[in-house]
Amino acid sequence: MTSSSSDHSSRDVVFASVRRALGVNGAEAPRRQAVADRIAGHPEGVIPARAQLPADEQIALFKAMVEAAAATLVHLPDAAAVPGAVAAYLRARNLPMSILRGADPRLAGLPWQDEPALDVWIGPSDGRQLAGLSHAFAGIAESGTVVMLSGPDNPSTLNLLPDHHLVVVDARDVTGTYEEVWTRIRAAYGPGTLPRTVNWITGPSRSADIEQTLLLGAHGPRSLHVLLVGEMPAGEA
Amino acid sequence: MSVHITSPDFKANARKALADAPLQQALAKVGPGFIGKRAAAADKLPEFKALRDSARDIKNHTLAHLDLYLERFETKARAAGGHVHFAVDAAQARDIVLDICRQLGAKTVTKGKSMISEEIALNDHLEANGIEPVETDLGEYLIQIRGEGPSHIIAPAIHLNKEQVEADFRRVHADLPPERNLSEPTALLAEARGKLRERFLAADVGITGANFLVAETGTSIIVTNEGNGDLTQTLPKAHIVLASLEKLVPTLEDVSQLLRVLARSATGQEMSVYTTFSTGPRRADDLDGPGEYHVVILDNGRSGMLAGQFREMLRCIRCGACMNHCPVYHAVGGHAYGWVYPGPMGAVLTPSLIGIEKGRNLPNASTFCGRCEQVCPVRIPLPKLMRNWREKEFERHLTPATQRYGLAFWAFFARRGWLYRPATRAAMAVLALAGKARGRFSKLPLAGGWTQYREFPAPEGGTFQAQWAARTSAQKSAR
Amino acid sequence: MSMREQSPVSVGLFVTCLVDTMRPSVGFAAVRLLEAAGCAVSVPRQTCCGQPAFNSGDRATTRALAEQMITAFETFDYVVAPSGSCAGMIKTHYPELFVGEPDWMPRVERFCAKVFELVSFLADVRGVTHVAAAYEGTVTYHDSCSGLRELGIQAQPRQLLASVAGLTLAEMPDSDVCCGFGGTFCVKYPDVSNAIVEKKAANIVASGADTLLAGDLGCLMNMAGKLQREGRSIRVRHVAEVLAGIGDTPPIGQPRPSAAGLGEAGQGRKP
Ligand code: SF4
Repeated sequence: MTSSSSDHSSRDVVFASVRRALGVNGAEAPRRQAVADRIAGHPEGVIPARAQLPADEQIALFKAMVEAAAATLVHLPDAAAVPGAVAAYLRARNLPMSILRGADPRLAGLPWQDEPALDVWIGPSDGRQLAGLSHAFAGIAESGTVVMLSGPDNPSTLNLLPDHHLVVVDARDVTGTYEEVWTRIRAAYGPGTLPRTVNWITGPSRSADIEQTLLLGAHGPRSLHVLLVGEMPAGEA
Repeated sequence: MSVHITSPDFKANARKALADAPLQQALAKVGPGFIGKRAAAADKLPEFKALRDSARDIKNHTLAHLDLYLERFETKARAAGGHVHFAVDAAQARDIVLDICRQLGAKTVTKGKSMISEEIALNDHLEANGIEPVETDLGEYLIQIRGEGPSHIIAPAIHLNKEQVEADFRRVHADLPPERNLSEPTALLAEARGKLRERFLAADVGITGANFLVAETGTSIIVTNEGNGDLTQTLPKAHIVLASLEKLVPTLEDVSQLLRVLARSATGQEMSVYTTFSTGPRRADDLDGPGEYHVVILDNGRSGMLAGQFREMLRCIRCGACMNHCPVYHAVGGHAYGWVYPGPMGAVLTPSLIGIEKGRNLPNASTFCGRCEQVCPVRIPLPKLMRNWREKEFERHLTPATQRYGLAFWAFFARRGWLYRPATRAAMAVLALAGKARGRFSKLPLAGGWTQYREFPAPEGGTFQAQWAARTSAQKSAR
Repeated sequence: MSMREQSPVSVGLFVTCLVDTMRPSVGFAAVRLLEAAGCAVSVPRQTCCGQPAFNSGDRATTRALAEQMITAFETFDYVVAPSGSCAGMIKTHYPELFVGEPDWMPRVERFCAKVFELVSFLADVRGVTHVAAAYEGTVTYHDSCSGLRELGIQAQPRQLLASVAGLTLAEMPDSDVCCGFGGTFCVKYPDVSNAIVEKKAANIVASGADTLLAGDLGCLMNMAGKLQREGRSIRVRHVAEVLAGIGDTPPIGQPRPSAAGLGEAGQGRKP
């Protein structure tokens, strides 16, 4: 679909009103420079001291914040332990031994054969699966947030539709701040470009809309389970 | 349901609200629910005050360069395959949305919470044109099935108690067994989740608001706790974003600053559960996501605010802290304000959008206690902006006559000290004499508003200035 | 009384129009406290700071009253008011009235810099840490909004009250929440104002105190009026009265003892 012509005239009216209000014409070089500089330089503002810790403390903060957000977390020695941890999670909750995941090579390469009782499906969710598994792009210690990027590797529906969302976070991908995540995404996708969806998830879905009583599992997953894998090499924080 | 403007009836609305027992019961929880959590979150982050300054500065910078950031946003969103539409007013915005829905042959649309949608009364328009809008934020769903408007910008159904919700669910979800137990909020939530899950999966179009638009990348951002916004925008064929002009932010770093103050100010969370950055439609190799992505950017009076005394109001990030801390909001709730935006932010914004003639009560209905300004994450001087409205009202002779004459009468004396002193002295002598026996009055001419609810203390008698003059002249003559 | 400096400073006392007309004893309490703090107090002829006009949107009247105020008081070392609301009006809002007037602005700013609310002036400027006063009773203190939020008055009155012999301070819940007075607000929106002051009255009662103190007469009249309408016997006073040791005048809204003897005997007063 293309924009209709009335859209175009509305656009002109809106821009004209904004410029009239600001007393500008939009061609002023210093203003254009200020905007270009800000976008190119994307200056950081105030960064909480809490988010600038040494490696081990940063991992400890990430774990504490994930749990403070009502998610659960296991810390595994390496990625090979993920299939076992997924099976253990499902078993402990009496869930069917079935998991839906994306095509992410970091997940595909895991020793799923070690858990023969576990059915592993690959693809997006249509709402019928109880448990979904994704690989996070990053974890953010500052607030216990996991960062999910959309794409065939980790379809967005996996973050949303299953009752239980299991997320693998590589300890080397745990950053202190949101800003570090943007730096990594720019490095991966190029400046000014984002994947279709970047989803920061901090704990399981919740609502307090009925009498301000906080309840988990509103529309999204009732449980968020983080599988933190490996250690952060010292000095990488 | 659209909200009919009843702002001119603020006084009557307020009286009704004060007499509404279930409402008062619900409102009693607003303060304790939000205030302590915000304070705790703010205390836990030593940089919170500095972040508020940073948030204010980012918004000021953006507003001063708004035309250029809009251009940049538009270019980037189009480059990512999105469509950007501009709407001068509510009617244009409604038509743009309807057009998109029609072209897709949409029958139902799911909706994330959007105050812009309420502002432009979108649901009525869609319904009138045969498209069923389904609100999916639990609070919005509740008010939709009740045919009400929101009473709070982040907790639209905060005026309801669980018994009312139960009654509504029994009425609307008539296909479910009548004997089911809905006495607990968990049961109500589970029922809503089940009902809305069907709607999410069946919807043709998903409409959300936007907490922010990022110029750097052409991205729209929604912040939710329920996850309804994500389901709304991910599952249908098209995602339509409704955003007003002032949602623009330059960069991802800038929006990260704002996000650090948003949830803390709103609910006291470190970060809301879902913060979702959307850029364009489904990509070539994506397995899910909307096939079309539209951003409708609405002016509806905001460019006018940019020019004048109310520009600072455009910094608002809709956190709701001002109403959560407002004694007037606590007393009367959000519906009394008579339109979409209640509380202190509504008292400034509403007259800007619907006109001071209709909105004049709102900026007047404030004690100027200043608590809103104290907590506003982007440091909007809300009392000052309300006072600006009172000035405009006064200049345009919209102030009620009794008030105007009363003020003029008082000002006449206050500006003439030589008249003021004997006049107050005489008046106070009379009042003091009349009130001598009881020390106060239960009724007093011209003070009915006061004495309807309170005693009026009698003056001690003799003004300070007269007594001081007597004392100093006595001291002089003694010397 | 302890003081940072001993040289007398000149203070122009702005009693405020409410104290002037309703409760002169607060003005005399202020004089006593200021003199004890080594100030030479004068009372220039005065009317009102202009706040009612300012908050009603009448800028011209406000501006005229501000000019009148500045002219009357600018020769003193300090200008002190027994009201956070009026001092806040002058200190934080007068400059707004003269924006774009370079002939006035420096003069206004010089003036505003020396305007203070009474209790914070005593504590912060004069270094007063205790007062020579006694008051038998349990008091609760309401933080009036402008004083609290425009001028940061919170610790100072409590510090000075702690030095009053015989006085116990019992904090009420939400002492920093508005009482619903709001100047003309209370008569423009009486129902809403009443709902707010009802909550305030309940919090005052919950403190268990027998006396309510605050630094602003408007708020005090509102709260006293509500408490009395509810039939409460809590005494209501301006904080300066207690600090100055004149807590034996009739509380706000109570008759003088002689008159009380004729009417409602002994009402609300302890011997
Ligand atoms: S005015 Fe400030 S406190 Fe109120 S909603 Fe807007 S940002 Fe939040």
